[in-house]
Amino acid sequence: MYDRRVLMLLGLVAVLAVALLLPAIAPDSATTNIAVFTVMYVGLATAWNIMGGYTGYISLGHAGFFGFGSYALGLLLAKLGVAGGYEPFLFVPVAGVLTAVLAAVVGWFALRTRAATFVIVTIAFMFMLQLLAENLTSLTGGGAGLAFPNPPWRGGFFNIPFYYAMLALALVGLAASWWIRRSKFGLGLLAIRDDEDKALAVGVPAGAFKLTAFVISAALVGMIGGVYGYYVTFIYPQFVVDPLIGISMVLMVFLGGLGTLWGPVLGALILEPAQLWLAYNYGVSRLYLVLYSAVFLLVILFMPRGIIPSASELIARRRARAPATRAGATP
Amino acid sequence: MAALLELEGLVAGYGGGDILLGIDLTVEEGSLTCIVGPNGAGKSTLLRVVSGLLKPTRGSVRFRRESIAALSPRAILNRGIVQVPQERSLFPTMTVWENVRLGAYTVRDRGLVERRLAAVGETFPIVKERRNELAASLSGGQQKIVEFARALMLDPTLLILDEPSMGLDPKTRTTVFNTIRSMNDAGHTLLLVEQNARSGLGIATHGVVMESGRVRLQGPGPEVLSNPEIGRLYLGAA
Repeated sequence: MYDRRVLMLLGLVAVLAVALLLPAIAPDSATTNIAVFTVMYVGLATAWNIMGGYTGYISLGHAGFFGFGSYALGLLLAKLGVAGGYEPFLFVPVAGVLTAVLAAVVGWFALRTRAATFVIVTIAFMFMLQLLAENLTSLTGGGAGLAFPNPPWRGGFFNIPFYYAMLALALVGLAASWWIRRSKFGLGLLAIRDDEDKALAVGVPAGAFKLTAFVISAALVGMIGGVYGYYVTFIYPQFVVDPLIGISMVLMVFLGGLGTLWGPVLGALILEPAQLWLAYNYGVSRLYLVLYSAVFLLVILFMPRGIIPSASELIARRRARAPATRAGATP
Repeated sequence: MAALLELEGLVAGYGGGDILLGIDLTVEEGSLTCIVGPNGAGKSTLLRVVSGLLKPTRGSVRFRRESIAALSPRAILNRGIVQVPQERSLFPTMTVWENVRLGAYTVRDRGLVERRLAAVGETFPIVKERRNELAASLSGGQQKIVEFARALMLDPTLLILDEPSMGLDPKTRTTVFNTIRSMNDAGHTLLLVEQNARSGLGIATHGVVMESGRVRLQGPGPEVLSNPEIGRLYLGAA
């Protein structure tokens, strides 16, 4: 019997190989377009999970960081006069740093609240940012939008650089999430999620840890927002500071498994292609929102902890039952 | 045996008045001291003073000859006085192993934490056997034992247990008391506050009976337990 860890490592290498070779396996634009958005949501859900999943602080305002990262990169490229090509990708980390600074300020205030109040504060922040993007017309272009440099790639190749940029950010997010989950910092975050007062009692510096998780999570989301802006080349406040982007990442995490490493990945791999399939087959409508509502209800009713924790529990229960059954069968 | 914790003429209380009215008590190194007494005797107030959660109005609290009465709870914890509270204190959706590891959260030396984890795993087999299970899936008694294990992660000089048998069925209670005794046998100094006087005094090396903020009787645990006067007053003996 193979060691479980070896099997998992082999599986991981296989998934990574497929992800890296996907544009070669399925090079048509429709598939790579789906792949760009799917990998984007893998990154977003993973980043959101670092805050929402590990600390239990549910932010519904992460779309604000997505939009801020998008505008930050767009404005930076415009001010510096950076032309389309690979160079704009080099400025994505700068958008991440700027988003991190904003998150530190927002978090400083928002994290003084807990539970439902925190949720409301994050929603308020997102709408505030959307209003600012709409009204600061001299800076953002307001409702007329903000243009990014035109990517020079044409035809089937157009999506490929964006796919790899999104994949790189998703992998950075996963690596961060993996490291946090195994670290003393992550242990502290989970303790905060369970009971913040008890966490303080055992010596977890809850305030600093929550803020750090919030900043890491927002910075990743901001960078992904930056790449998204460059991909769509024209951004508008209502499309980049879009509550549905925030709700989508939350739903993906809840579906896959809150506070797990692979749950957000699984949630994104299920929901985003399904949404795009609906869009391709039934036109650009809000039909996918009906699907989201149905999924959300089903998750709450049948798998409140998400697919991965529920499946793990089921397997553990079966394993625990198996020796008992065998023992019972022995004469 | 050397004195570890010494309380002399201790008077303490809350806004409404004093609860402890001059407590004299010594906990010796390596001992298992059990304090019993009826409700309102001042047992919990005494623990709050020792942990630094309540400052005494008079008297002294010395730990290894150092006065700790004015120290903060954190400073007292750093001196090695660790308390396992009466109520459930585990993190329910974290695994047993994570809960135990959290006990040494303030310890920076990783190697030391790993060594203590290994030692605690040996002392409390349940910690190793059910390491990957969620704390919430354990029974009340098992949770209490994991709480003991977590407290030992700080390698306490004095471990205070506040009513560890509260809410447990008789069989589980026996397991918990056996565990307490084995911790003492392993060299840990324990201060136990217990409502269940028979079980508590039965395992104690030193028994203390409190009433109305004063120590009414103290001596070797079995002697206190067999004292007919105390039996009539506090243990419900006929």
